[in-house]
Amino acid sequence: MTSSQNWLFRPFQERSTQIFLGVLITALIVVTFLHLFMPQDSALHVSAYTVTLLGKYLCYALLAVAVDLVWGYLGILSLGHGAFFALGGYAMGMYLMRQIGDRGTYGDPILPDFMVFLNWQELPWYWLGFDMAWFAFIMVLLAPGLLALVFGFLAFRSRVTGVYLSIITQALTFALMLAFFRNEMGFGGNNGLTDFRDILGFNLRSDATRLGLFIATGIALALGYIICRAIVTSKLGRVSVACRDAEARTRFLGYRVERVQLFVFVISAMLAGVAGALYVPQVGIINPSEFSPLFSIEIVVWVALGGRATLYGAVIGAILVNYAKTVFTGVMPDAWLFALGALFVLVTVFLPKGIAGLLQKRKKAENDDDPATAQEATA
Amino acid sequence: MSIKKHVKLGLSALALSVSFHAMAAEDPIKVGILHSLSGTMAISETALKDTMEMLIEKQNEQGGVNGRMLEAVVVDPASNWPLFAEKARELLEKEKVDVIFGNWTSVSRKSVLPVVEELNGLLFYPVQYEGEESSENVFYTGAAPNQQAIPAVNYLKNELGVERWVLAGTDYVYPRTTNRILETYLKDMGVAEADIMINYTPFGHSDWQSIVSDIKTFGSAGKKTAVVSTINGDANVPFYRELGNQGISSSDIPVVAFSVGEQELSGIDTGPLVGHLAAWNYFMSVDNDANYDFIDAWVEFKGDDKAVTNDPMEAHYIGFNMYVEAVKKAGTTDVEAIKEAIIGVAVPNLTGGIATMMPNHHITKPVLIGEIQDNGQFSVVWETSSTVAGDAWSDFLPGSRDLIADWRAPMKCGNFNVKTGSCGASAGEQALADAE
Amino acid sequence: MGILRSLLSLRLASLLVLLMAIAAPAFSQTEEDPGQALLANLADASPRQMDAAIEAIVNSGDPRARSWLDAFGNNRLSRNKDTGQVVVVLRNVGRDWTIADPLTGENLGEISRRELDRVNINNAIRGKLEGVLAMLDLYSTNPEIQRAAAEAMMGKVNEPVIEPLNKLLEQDLPPRVRDRLELAVAIYQLEQGDAQAKAEAITVLTGSLHSRARAALNNAVAGDDPAIAASAKAALVSIEQKLKMNRAAETLYFGLSLGSVLVLAAIGLAITFGVMGVINMAHGELIMLGAYTTWGMQQLLPGQPGLALILSIPAGFMVAALAGIAIERSVIQYLKGRPLETLLATFGISLILQQLVRTVISPLNRSVTTPEWMSGSLVINDALSLTLNRLYVIGFALVVFAGLMLIMRKTRLGLEVRAVTQNRAMARSMGIKATRVDIMTFALGSGVAGLAGVALSQITNVGPNLGQNYIIDSFMVVVFGGVGNLWGTLVAGLTLGTINQILEPWAGAVLAKIMVLVMIILFIQKRPKGLFPQKGRAAEG
Repeated sequence: MTSSQNWLFRPFQERSTQIFLGVLITALIVVTFLHLFMPQDSALHVSAYTVTLLGKYLCYALLAVAVDLVWGYLGILSLGHGAFFALGGYAMGMYLMRQIGDRGTYGDPILPDFMVFLNWQELPWYWLGFDMAWFAFIMVLLAPGLLALVFGFLAFRSRVTGVYLSIITQALTFALMLAFFRNEMGFGGNNGLTDFRDILGFNLRSDATRLGLFIATGIALALGYIICRAIVTSKLGRVSVACRDAEARTRFLGYRVERVQLFVFVISAMLAGVAGALYVPQVGIINPSEFSPLFSIEIVVWVALGGRATLYGAVIGAILVNYAKTVFTGVMPDAWLFALGALFVLVTVFLPKGIAGLLQKRKKAENDDDPATAQEATA
Repeated sequence: MSIKKHVKLGLSALALSVSFHAMAAEDPIKVGILHSLSGTMAISETALKDTMEMLIEKQNEQGGVNGRMLEAVVVDPASNWPLFAEKARELLEKEKVDVIFGNWTSVSRKSVLPVVEELNGLLFYPVQYEGEESSENVFYTGAAPNQQAIPAVNYLKNELGVERWVLAGTDYVYPRTTNRILETYLKDMGVAEADIMINYTPFGHSDWQSIVSDIKTFGSAGKKTAVVSTINGDANVPFYRELGNQGISSSDIPVVAFSVGEQELSGIDTGPLVGHLAAWNYFMSVDNDANYDFIDAWVEFKGDDKAVTNDPMEAHYIGFNMYVEAVKKAGTTDVEAIKEAIIGVAVPNLTGGIATMMPNHHITKPVLIGEIQDNGQFSVVWETSSTVAGDAWSDFLPGSRDLIADWRAPMKCGNFNVKTGSCGASAGEQALADAE
Repeated sequence: MGILRSLLSLRLASLLVLLMAIAAPAFSQTEEDPGQALLANLADASPRQMDAAIEAIVNSGDPRARSWLDAFGNNRLSRNKDTGQVVVVLRNVGRDWTIADPLTGENLGEISRRELDRVNINNAIRGKLEGVLAMLDLYSTNPEIQRAAAEAMMGKVNEPVIEPLNKLLEQDLPPRVRDRLELAVAIYQLEQGDAQAKAEAITVLTGSLHSRARAALNNAVAGDDPAIAASAKAALVSIEQKLKMNRAAETLYFGLSLGSVLVLAAIGLAITFGVMGVINMAHGELIMLGAYTTWGMQQLLPGQPGLALILSIPAGFMVAALAGIAIERSVIQYLKGRPLETLLATFGISLILQQLVRTVISPLNRSVTTPEWMSGSLVINDALSLTLNRLYVIGFALVVFAGLMLIMRKTRLGLEVRAVTQNRAMARSMGIKATRVDIMTFALGSGVAGLAGVALSQITNVGPNLGQNYIIDSFMVVVFGGVGNLWGTLVAGLTLGTINQILEPWAGAVLAKIMVLVMIILFIQKRPKGLFPQKGRAAEG
């Protein structure tokens, strides 16, 4: 139908993508400018603290985009995307751990501190290679990608769908959480990986590196968004929407449904992995609690609040919810869980299309029963 | 006294108080409180936040410190470890607090540590922990392993004649380290490998049937057996229940716990547990007037007649008083000045002794062994004759045997290697390599 | 040792007579009560003098000695700091404690705990005290007390009591008591006796499954007499054989008990999820409500934990069912046919319920008392005893299951539920009020969750996180068993519980759980609809 070049560039012709990228890039530039050039005591100055906080939101946004890709366009409600996020994070964490070198408390040039005091004699095989940045960065994609490939292959082949799939994705992340909590696993157990020093030779504790990571996350989000848009506007994307709406029919039409599902699922897992990898150096710690089923469900709610099957909705949702969380946990901590819980209920009952749905309604989009088909029509 | 004079006096008093308040309001000492108020750790940490608020309130009633009032800045890290780092940064960078009191779990401390070091803050950490750490910016007012685990084992061995040991813990760093230290210690005392059983369970473990059955079997080998429990929080209730139901009484196989305090007991029916032990540096039942006053103040502050106090609360009490003394001594809240002034500061603890801040940023504490009573309290059955100084680096771990911490000038080092005579283990290795 | 040595010279029989004497000693006001000195002596004793002080009390032959020693053993003996008077603490909660005079039993009212200095006792002394009291109880005419005392003598026999014990054995004793005492004496003989006595002791101990007997034999194997060591070893081998069977039975019991907990937690879900297709993430919190109801009941009926527990069964059901109806009416009815959305909405509800409990009741766990008849264990033999609380839970799970099956199969409601599940439109056209059926079904499922909570309150923590700990397991059980099939849930729960317990000693608790989860994930790939898939048109829905 279209050439590959066309396929990749199509997203740029969409209004929504243009606006999204425009807003994102402007935000990146403004924050950078305010951080660097405003005097410390100015009200407009953006502190390093805020920059890192925004960086964290952007990581969550990328993660939400990844979840929206499978939930919004493939109809798979993954309650285990936290697992892919955490795996990416662990891959990055392992690299950062190795970068500490002999600056740890025990000064072992090879073994991380937690291994020294648990009396490990040598580095386990799966830690090998993580001293090299390129290897670690490949693993950021590969570890979640492979897990998604194996898991997806088994699940889609045997046509595990709907609620069942959701529940076994939850089982997956729960099992991984228990596994990573074990100290014998060699990932630091409950304490996880922490006390990072530098990344690619830049000091992680300097403001400049923080800003750099923030910008890198912004770029990653932009790229991830474009990739997702490219996928959903391609023929593959339309087949996946067909799977979402009527899996059996699509199969009867001759499409290899499980292959489409597998491809999209793996891409989504990798995006989640990248989000995790960018998250870890900014927050400074990775621990098995990122695998917790609760976190994975929370991601889904960001997407639901923003509006599923729009991608930009996922970004809006992730940023809004997390901003609310930052504010609430500061002002009235007791109320936070009430607010979050109420959000879950209200959004699903009263706002099935999320904030994006509201926006679209306001714009009086030509087709208001499904945001995805509205997108299709413009494509 | 004429009316005029009277008015004048009143006015000047008013002016005085106004100026005093103005000064205090202008420049309060900001105390950051970094305890989880929601999520899984809220159960333990909320009480510590309240303790801090109470202490600050009491201090302000006495006119603050150096004429400056104290102001609590409370944030909620929501039992989320990355959030701990973020909130610590918020406290130091945005709120510009002078000192932070906070954290409970090891992982949260590890998460906060780089931030506190980078921004040169002060953190008072009030919970017993695994040791193996001494930061220039952190003051450890809870027990190190040598202030809890080792005296407890000595008690079991000497007073109860225990020869066979079950080391049961939740699978995280505190039990792991404590058990490794104890294992080495026991073996050094001549306990055979076969007389030590080590078991780890996940957080919140609720099905203890087969483990308790194993312990029972292990205990039937003819030697007096005891369980040294580093089982954490929620898992304890089903554990003790199972012990009781499988007929293991405290006189058969006593359990000595390091993580079960008054607050945990308040959620357990303690009837079947009478006689099991816990090792802490403070018990609510300690017969001391300072303690009774503290409890009364706490009960009043909480407005709850059944409110309990526990060991980490005492640690905050000590830490807070030490900080206040250090500020008085230094005459400022400047971080560098406090770090220098606080070493050697001695304040009374709640058990009738004196706590002193040591150069390794740990404090001196008495070690108490208590037996669980049917009213949810512990009765002290043994205590060390004098206080024990906290040891940051355990003598029973190969990696840390040669390390000491001393934050006084000129050493100013958290991991000084006495073998190589240099600061930083890495430099030490280097020196060793050079020597060879 | 000293205490027991004194027992020998005690003339136990005469003491017994004294103990049974009902007449209270009548001391005149002027005459000093000897008990006062005895108690003061006990209160003043250093740990080393403790034995002598207890000995003195036992030797005094005072009829109140037993009550004093009991109070002492229970940590209830205190001293008034001002007057030096030794008192018994009746109530030791709060700031002011209620005390009584140990000499007259007179209630002395409340006193600040600051004024009291506890008479110290520790485990070692308590152990000795138990031995002394057990020895006294052996002469009791109450067979229950006598039996318990004989049980307590195991491993506590030592030189001073051997003679009175042997004398006692010459008398006519209930077989159980005799059996115990013979074992106890044999254990002592094996440890302390001469070669002849040791050999005899081994014959007595052969075949005994008691852990103390094994301990003694183990020590004998390590002893320096080769002949004794060899025969002790042979005895141990035969015991080991028997133990193997018992261990297998024990593991099976553990498995069934864990399984029944899983079944209880999951069965309500099997109804709401399996039958109605509603994914209720707040299911765990409904369980929690049931558990809190039990706690509330016990607060309402202090001192009657058993009655409170029984009343909690209907109350827990009602509370959870009402909560379920509220959830159904307020949220779920608007999300019909959108299972994934119900998942999110109910998850929100679960967060709200948890936080509600934290704010309204307390973030701390609540203590729920286990009634007398549920604590302890049912002794099958010395090596195998079934813990009573879990036995009750297994029974309860089966009863609940049977009850549900009855409701689904034999009642009008069950019929309607099945009709609505199979074909909603058709059922409605036949005059079934589908909405009403929905409400009833959800209430039933929620109520059963409440029942699970009542049972769980006897096993685990009652706290705000209770539900979260069970929700994932519950889903696994339902999915593994096959959605919409109650039998499937039962089989799945018991199977998973048993597998978990078989794996646990071998792999450790964490790994066992992970393996079970991975097994379920793989199993679902193989059979996407679980063990017992629904057949027919309903399955396609």
